[in-house]
Amino acid sequence: MDQTIRNLREQISLCERQLHALKVQLNNAEERAILEAQAKPEMSFDLSGGGQDAWQMEILGVLGHESPRKNAWPLMPQEYKRYGRQLILPEIGLNGQLRLKNTSVLIVGVGGLGCPAAAYLAGAGVGTIGLVDGDIVEESNLHRQTLHTTEKVGMSKVDSATFYLKSLNPTIKYVSHRTHLNPQNAPDIFRHYDLVLDCTDNPASRYLISDLCVLLGKTLVSASALRMEGQLLILNYPPRAPGDSSGGPCYRCVFPKPPPAETVVTCGEGGVLGPVVGVMGVLQALEAIKVIVDDSHLLSSQSETPSLLLFSAYGTPPFRSIRLRSRRPRCACCSEQPSVSLASLSSGSLDYQLFCGIANPANILNPRERVSPREYAKTLVTTRSVLDRGLPKDHVLIDVRERVQFDLCSIEGSINIPFSQINAPVRSNPSTREQSVASSSSPSTNPDQNAMEVDGKVSEGQRNELVMPWVHFIHKAALEKPIYVVCRFGNDSQVTVKKFKEAGLDLSGRRWVGDIKNGLRGWRTHVDKDFPEY
Amino acid sequence: MADTGDNVHLTVEFSGGLEMLFSNRRKHSVSLPKISPKGTPVTIDFLVKYLCDHLMKDSRKDLFIMEDNVRPGILVLINDSDWELEGEADYEIQPNDNIMFVSTLHGG
Ligand SMILES: [Zn+2]
Repeated sequence: MDQTIRNLREQISLCERQLHALKVQLNNAEERAILEAQAKPEMSFDLSGGGQDAWQMEILGVLGHESPRKNAWPLMPQEYKRYGRQLILPEIGLNGQLRLKNTSVLIVGVGGLGCPAAAYLAGAGVGTIGLVDGDIVEESNLHRQTLHTTEKVGMSKVDSATFYLKSLNPTIKYVSHRTHLNPQNAPDIFRHYDLVLDCTDNPASRYLISDLCVLLGKTLVSASALRMEGQLLILNYPPRAPGDSSGGPCYRCVFPKPPPAETVVTCGEGGVLGPVVGVMGVLQALEAIKVIVDDSHLLSSQSETPSLLLFSAYGTPPFRSIRLRSRRPRCACCSEQPSVSLASLSSGSLDYQLFCGIANPANILNPRERVSPREYAKTLVTTRSVLDRGLPKDHVLIDVRERVQFDLCSIEGSINIPFSQINAPVRSNPSTREQSVASSSSPSTNPDQNAMEVDGKVSEGQRNELVMPWVHFIHKAALEKPIYVVCRFGNDSQVTVKKFKEAGLDLSGRRWVGDIKNGLRGWRTHVDKDFPEY
Repeated sequence: MADTGDNVHLTVEFSGGLEMLFSNRRKHSVSLPKISPKGTPVTIDFLVKYLCDHLMKDSRKDLFIMEDNVRPGILVLINDSDWELEGEADYEIQPNDNIMFVSTLHGG
C-alpha cells in the first residue's frame, strides 16, 4: 500500500514538473508575443480603430518622434501601468523604476524570508532575480514559505518559486540556481548580480555570503528569524574595497566569532511563526529597493552609523533600531589585511562548516544505558507493564521535552519534566513546589496529581543541602523502579540520564537509569507509525 | 525602587532566546552596588557576572558566558548602541541605563 502511494506521488510529481516546464515555455512565448506586438505600434493603431492618418504622423513629428515604430518612452507602455502606483512616489519616480529595471538581485534561500522578499522584488520590477536553493518543498514549509503550495511538495524550491513569480510578473528575468551554496560555486553565481539578499538559515552560509559580498563589492541585505523574533542588517553599504574604512561593516565586523554550534537553534527545533519571518522578508525587499533607488548612497551617509533592526512580536515596542559599529580595523574580511580572499575560497582552504563548528549529536552514554525504541516497546509487552492509575507498573518513563511539545503528543503513561527544569540551577530550598511536572494521563483529573507534586519532605535525595528541584519528585514517583528517559531526538535524554545519575537517582547502581535511543522520532519510525510527526 | 546612595538601578533586557535563561522574562529591573568590591565603579563586566550568579535560571552558564566573557553570537547593547561604541566590558554603568543582550538568530 505504501509502495502504491509512493509510486502515485512520484508519477504526479513528474507530471507536475512536466506541466510546469510547459507553463514556463508558454509564459516565455507569451512574453515574446507581447514584446513583438509592442515593437509594431501600427498594429495597436489599427486595433484602436483609427487608421494611421497623415495628421497623426504630423503630430508625432512635432513631438519629436521620428517614427511611430520606436517606443519613445523610457519604459514600455504596460510598465507605466504595472508600476504606476509606485512610479508616482517621489522616492521612486521614473529614475528609481529604471534603476530597479536595470538591477539584478540574488536571493539566497527561498524559504520563509526569501519567498516574501522575492515576491515584492518581482512585483516592484527588479530586472533580474536570481534564486539559490538546493532544497525541495516540504509540508512543514508551507505555513511560512508563501510562494510554495501544497501541490508543490517534493518540487525544487527554486522551481516552485519561479513558477509563482512568473505568474506574478512575467516581464522580468528569473535565473535558477538549484544548488546549495559552497565556497567553490558561490563566486561564479554572485558575480552576475548587483545586490544580494541573505535569506538562509545557518551561520556558515551567513559568513560565506558576507565574505563574497565584500570580495565582489556588493551590498548585502541580511535577515533572520526564529520563534517570535527577527533581525535585519544591511552590510557592506556603501560597498567599498577591503581596507577602505568608509565602506559599511560586514557580517564579520559585527560577529567576528561564530556562536558555539550547540547554541544555534534552527526553526525546526525552536519553531517560528509565519508572519514573523514574513515581516523580516518583506523588510528585506523594502531595504533592497531603498538601496537600489539610492544610487549615490545618500541613505547610507545620512544615517551616521550602520544599524541593526530588531523585531519582536511581543516586544514593547515591537521594533527597535540599534546603532552598530563601523568596519572593524582588523576584520578578517573587510580590513586592510584580510585573511579571506577569493583565492582562499576557491582553493577550499576556508572551511565555513569547520569555522562554525558542527553540533554533534550527543553521545555521552554507554550502550548499557540505552535502549532502542523497539526494546522499550518489548519491555512494555513482556513485563506486562500495564498502566496503574495512569502510570506503568514496573518502571517510570520521563519525557524531557518542553511542556508545549509534551501537550502535543506523548507516550501513554509518561511523565513530563521539561529539559529547562532539568537545567534549572541548584537551589538550596527544596520545598519549592515543582509546577511544571505533568503526566500524560489527563493531568487535570488525575487523582495522583497532588501526590506527584513535591512536598519537600522526601529525605532520600537530600544528601546535601543543594538539591535539584526535580530529584524529590522522581524519588517519590519512581520509588526503586527503573527510570527510562525520552526526548524528541535522543540528545537531551542522554544529558538528562547523566544528570540523574549525578543526582544519585541510580541509587548507587541498584536502579537502572537510561534513555530511549533516537527519542520519539525513533519511536515513530520503529514502533508507533501513528505517533504525530511535527 | 528609588535610587539610594549606594546602589545604581538599571534595566536589563534579553532577546533572541536569552530570555529563556532568565525566567522567560525579557525585561528585568536590576540594582547593583555603585562601587564593586574592588573599589572601582561597576562595569558591564561586573554586571555580566552578577547576572550569571543572581538572575540566571539555568545551570548551563555556557549559553551566556564563555571564558568569562559574553559568548560569541551575543550582542551587548548599551542604550541601543553596540557596546563596542561605548567601551565594551569596561563601560561604567550609569543610573537608568538600558543594557540589552541579544542572541543572534539564524533561522529563515
Ligand atoms: Zn568586516
